[in-house]
Amino acid sequence: MDKQQEQKGASHSRRKALKGLIGLPFIGGIAAGAYIEVRKKQQEKEQILRELNIEAERPEIASDMSGEPIRIGIVGNGGRGQHLVRVLGFATSAWLQAMQEQSNTGALEAYFSQENLNVKLTGVCDVFDINAELAQSASPDCKRYRHYEELINSPDIDAVVIATPDHWHAPVAIAALQAGKHVYVEKPMTHKIAETYVLREAARSSKAIFQVGHQHRQTQSFITAQDIIRKRVLGHVSLVQANTNRNSDNGAWQYHIHEKASPQTINWDLFLGNAPRIPFNKEHFFRWRKWWAYGSGLSGDLMTHDYDRVNCILDMGMPRFVTASGGIYTHRDGRDVPDVFQAVMEYPDFTTGSSREAGLEKGMTFVYSATLGNQHWRETLLMGHDGTLELGSQLRVHADPNSTRYRHLIESSVMDPSVPIYAYDPASGNADGVTSATSKYFAQKGLLWTYRGGKRVDSAMLHLREWLGAIRNGTPVSCGIDEGFEEAMSAHMAGLSWKLGRRVEWDGTAEQIIAQPGEDLDAVLVAPGHAIAGMMG
Amino acid sequence: MTYSKPQLFILIALRLFAGWHFLFEGFIKFLTPGWTAQGYLMSAQGPFAPFFQWLGNDSLIGISDTLTALALSAAGLALILGIWEKAGAYIGMAMLAFFYLAHPSWPGIPAAGPAEGNYFIVNKNLVELAALGVLAYFPTGHLWGLSVFFNPQADNAAQSTVHHG
Repeated sequence: MDKQQEQKGASHSRRKALKGLIGLPFIGGIAAGAYIEVRKKQQEKEQILRELNIEAERPEIASDMSGEPIRIGIVGNGGRGQHLVRVLGFATSAWLQAMQEQSNTGALEAYFSQENLNVKLTGVCDVFDINAELAQSASPDCKRYRHYEELINSPDIDAVVIATPDHWHAPVAIAALQAGKHVYVEKPMTHKIAETYVLREAARSSKAIFQVGHQHRQTQSFITAQDIIRKRVLGHVSLVQANTNRNSDNGAWQYHIHEKASPQTINWDLFLGNAPRIPFNKEHFFRWRKWWAYGSGLSGDLMTHDYDRVNCILDMGMPRFVTASGGIYTHRDGRDVPDVFQAVMEYPDFTTGSSREAGLEKGMTFVYSATLGNQHWRETLLMGHDGTLELGSQLRVHADPNSTRYRHLIESSVMDPSVPIYAYDPASGNADGVTSATSKYFAQKGLLWTYRGGKRVDSAMLHLREWLGAIRNGTPVSCGIDEGFEEAMSAHMAGLSWKLGRRVEWDGTAEQIIAQPGEDLDAVLVAPGHAIAGMMG
Repeated sequence: MTYSKPQLFILIALRLFAGWHFLFEGFIKFLTPGWTAQGYLMSAQGPFAPFFQWLGNDSLIGISDTLTALALSAAGLALILGIWEKAGAYIGMAMLAFFYLAHPSWPGIPAAGPAEGNYFIVNKNLVELAALGVLAYFPTGHLWGLSVFFNPQADNAAQSTVHHG
């Protein structure tokens, strides 16, 4: 009986233990499963990152800002000029008040936390009294000069920031360089072909530092993209597409016309400069981007951004051929620059390197496509045999399903062509091989990591800082005269092609745009766009 | 509380499945380097979005991340092991309520991410939340789980379920 009871008791204990510990094997299974899952993903990610070997960030050349303050004069203190002056450290009280009223704490925080660049704003030249007074209100040292020559030749000015309408860029920049003053000029660098050569000569023969205002060269993702090309991650890039999509009055250059604008407050003759003489016209003054006489349409105003974005990554230089088309289809308001515009640039001798047999791959097309009548977002894409780079403030690289370089990794399922193999967000400073669907989703929305990392810094401030560093310490600038020359000439070719209705060719040896006998290309370039038959809709 | 055999079987299966789900989610978060809920929190939608964005801000996200992984693991362990299962179920329900409210599947609110199904007000988070409510009020750990060792009537209770099944 006792023995039976003992056996029964033992069996009870065993059953009790079994029932009590039922969860333990599950925990072991879950832990092992989680470990294997995470390790596999990590190994795949590491394998991809090792294969790509991309340096997400390179150490910045931190140029010292100490020493005597650099005395800066602003020529053209309109919308862009005021922005540049602000990132130099001179916000107007009107701007500060407006930001407070809009509760734009981000902008105010960014302004008050920005680095002191150790500069003085000592001069302003603007043909509109209100703009000149705004600069003076932002800096007690700021003297108003009625003519840019006076500002340039003043002993109180070391360096000049030029943010005038396009047709004044080169004349002011050339005069400043010839006077030995450092120049930061907004894009496009020039408005006409002939002055582009003169400006290049002036910059080359001057000791002064010259920088074109393509501030995106400071954007960390572009610096990372340069390394992606250097490491041949994309293979041979045969097609690049960049786009502008805007759908607002402001985006179509329908800027506000100031209520105080009048022949008394605007020096109209000085505004016109080398443009055709016409009577005082407020719309031409405030919305000058709409006319070839002062601006350069989508090719000079916006395509230059994309051209230089790609040129700073690929360094492809001048296109051999440019073909452009488009028309005035969305804003038939009297403007003569196109509002829908496509330019196709050919680089038959350019290559980013090849993973295939020698000689098979060479040549690239750059397609720029723009409309001011729709704002659907289209990515900038660099399309190579081995991969595609999506370029923005963030970066994403997809392997191409038929890549030669990544064939083994795709076949072994380490790489999935439908998921980015590399994603980079400069805000976080994190490089990551994105592997999960949700990560991909958040990366696309721009939400992943965006709130991590350091404070936001204005890239125009960094670009100006680079220029000031070059002035102080001789460190390099990223958008000097050669880059500016390529940007300006490419834009001029696109504008010419649109106006001439034919393919325009670049003679690389003679470094000039090929003209037909008797053709004055500069005259064509600045002529009213109405001359294009059938393009006015 | 006594259960019939099928009742006991299905309740234990539910407890183990829910526990498995929570524990695996918790472990994955602990083990994945650089895992963060920040993207999920910052993209929160609906009336409680400001609260979740506050949880996801730079100064709090470290705590939010740790607490998320800890809470998921704790709920999972309690359910799988069959001890303190009521507390585990409540923690799990709280987490699911957070997940649900951060991206509620209400009309007019965009989905948090690619979904494998279609949801109108009720989604799988809400269903699992209700399932955890069942587990909180129909405990089984004292019959099959660590609580057996703290339950002097375990044998009788277990016997009775079999006999009255």
